Amino acid sequence: MPLRSSKKDQPDLPALKLLANDIRQDVIRALVKAKSGHSAGSLGMADVFTALYFHVLHIDPKKPRWIERDRVVLSNAHICPVLYAALARRGFCSREDFINGLRKFGTPFQGHSNTHFNMGIETCGGPLGQGLSQAVGMALAARHDQADWHTYCLMSDGELDEGQSWEAILFAGKEQLRQLTVIVDRNNIQIDGFTEDVMPLEPLADKWRAFNWHVIESDGHNLRQIIDACEEAKTIYEKPTVILAHTIPGKGVDFMERHYEWHGKPPDPSEGRLALRELRSLAGQVTSEHE
Amino acid sequence: MTSPLNPHLFDADVEKIPTRNGYGDALVILGKKDPRVMVLSGDLTESTRAHLFREAFPERFIECGVAEQNMLGIAAGLALSGKIPFVCSYAVFMPGRTWDQLRVSVCYSNANVKIAGAHAGLSVGPDGATHQALEDLAITRVLPGLTVIAPCDYLETKKATLAAAKIKGPVYLRFARDATPSITTPRTPFVIGQSLVLREGQDVTLAACGPLLYEALRAAQVLETQHIHAEVINCHTLKPFDEETLINSVKKTGCCVTIEEHQIIGGLHSVVCETLSRNHPAPVSAIGMPDSFGQSGEPQELLTHYHMTAEDIVQAAKRVIKKK
Repeated sequence: MPLRSSKKDQPDLPALKLLANDIRQDVIRALVKAKSGHSAGSLGMADVFTALYFHVLHIDPKKPRWIERDRVVLSNAHICPVLYAALARRGFCSREDFINGLRKFGTPFQGHSNTHFNMGIETCGGPLGQGLSQAVGMALAARHDQADWHTYCLMSDGELDEGQSWEAILFAGKEQLRQLTVIVDRNNIQIDGFTEDVMPLEPLADKWRAFNWHVIESDGHNLRQIIDACEEAKTIYEKPTVILAHTIPGKGVDFMERHYEWHGKPPDPSEGRLALRELRSLAGQVTSEHE
Repeated sequence: MTSPLNPHLFDADVEKIPTRNGYGDALVILGKKDPRVMVLSGDLTESTRAHLFREAFPERFIECGVAEQNMLGIAAGLALSGKIPFVCSYAVFMPGRTWDQLRVSVCYSNANVKIAGAHAGLSVGPDGATHQALEDLAITRVLPGLTVIAPCDYLETKKATLAAAKIKGPVYLRFARDATPSITTPRTPFVIGQSLVLREGQDVTLAACGPLLYEALRAAQVLETQHIHAEVINCHTLKPFDEETLINSVKKTGCCVTIEEHQIIGGLHSVVCETLSRNHPAPVSAIGMPDSFGQSGEPQELLTHYHMTAEDIVQAAKRVIKKK
């Protein structure tokens, strides 16, 4: 269920915060069992996924193919553990199946997510730079049909190295696709190091503005800010919107935070136990005699 | 049973129309029939003949500029939202530049995108090697779920375009630039995945696709005067390939020549050899690009230089018959 407080459409922020923590724990559990996968980005985007799947999106797990649903395109699909975790908590698939099945033979929880409408997954992702173009196509389809649904494209900052990303950014600016919102995971890391060392992106906001986009900078861990940014995006009528979500890779697990080494590796069982202990205690705020 | 052919096929003034015109005319028919049909072009609207659709249905035409990778991704997004997008560019750019997008955004999702690669083969002549797509069949037919069609003339291109809209899933259609002879008639059947025997014979099978099929038919005529009876098959669909028609033919003739305006590696020659080696091994020789880049020149000069004319097919047929 979307988590809204009694006041109409107001998010229940404390509940959302706990839910983001639950999603992070599920991500850790699944990655430990998978023995491979991407930890840092998945944890870093847990708050954005929580805001989207439990407040912003118009979706219905009972009707995954509902024609009027909002679309989500996960372009940097290596962080699909957080997508699966959010979909499972939202009721699109079983939590147990995800935790036990991530990256395993014969399951729908592929190492990079692929189109699975019944599970709420719209596109195949992974090879970077492809998602935004597909999201643009969806937004065009919605506009052509005079439909109200909105398309959200989640992408990494590293994939802005790809030329195709800028082809799509140029096109969406030309077409003034107001039913398109991009959320960039601005965590400043990519596989070979920090983005500004590998291939500097700054001034990033100015670049998007120069391509005729509305730009919002947001704390990617502040649920209020993320939700407000998504709502602001819907009020911009003449431009597509990009939310530059400033996140901390590995957020929530002290020994992973800000270490790009955690981009592409999972915690081993003992690291997993440490991570879960930290998350369960809300970074030491809650203590329990039970482990 | 052979299929009907243009009765004036071997006249000196045989009617010639570019295959891409069949695509353009079919798009307008499709636009009228189905509101889901949309057309995307990468700054090559007139030369891919998509301008006819743009004039008729401007609200369903999308100009994408010189950005083929984005264009194909947009098409995937449209298809995943229920549209039937036809995407137009030159074959060297799409699938040439967009193979990863074709693989992941389109084929892996089984998105209902129709890809039109124009100016394929040597017929773009004077533009030179960079613009002569001679590898497109090889890189498309390896992709799971992608239908690959190389029609032989204007009418067949028109039929193939209409048929592509009817099947669900991605389709690659390959066109030539120049006006080429009208081989088929309105009554000639066209079914995706069904090769057509155009002429029966028991000495050698000539398996061809695209406008070079005309050279194969001319070669069969020449061979006939030398008492060699060639069977000519129009293999317009490279994938899914009609194995049965080929195998039945080679069971009778015992050998085969493949004819295509494409690298010998990876295209129709490979399809035929793979099919026969698994089912009915037989000698096969190849007419096509011999693992080299093209160059500037008039199309006919190039076909002669790279040994793709009727005379070359006659020689290849005689050589392969000796290997039986």
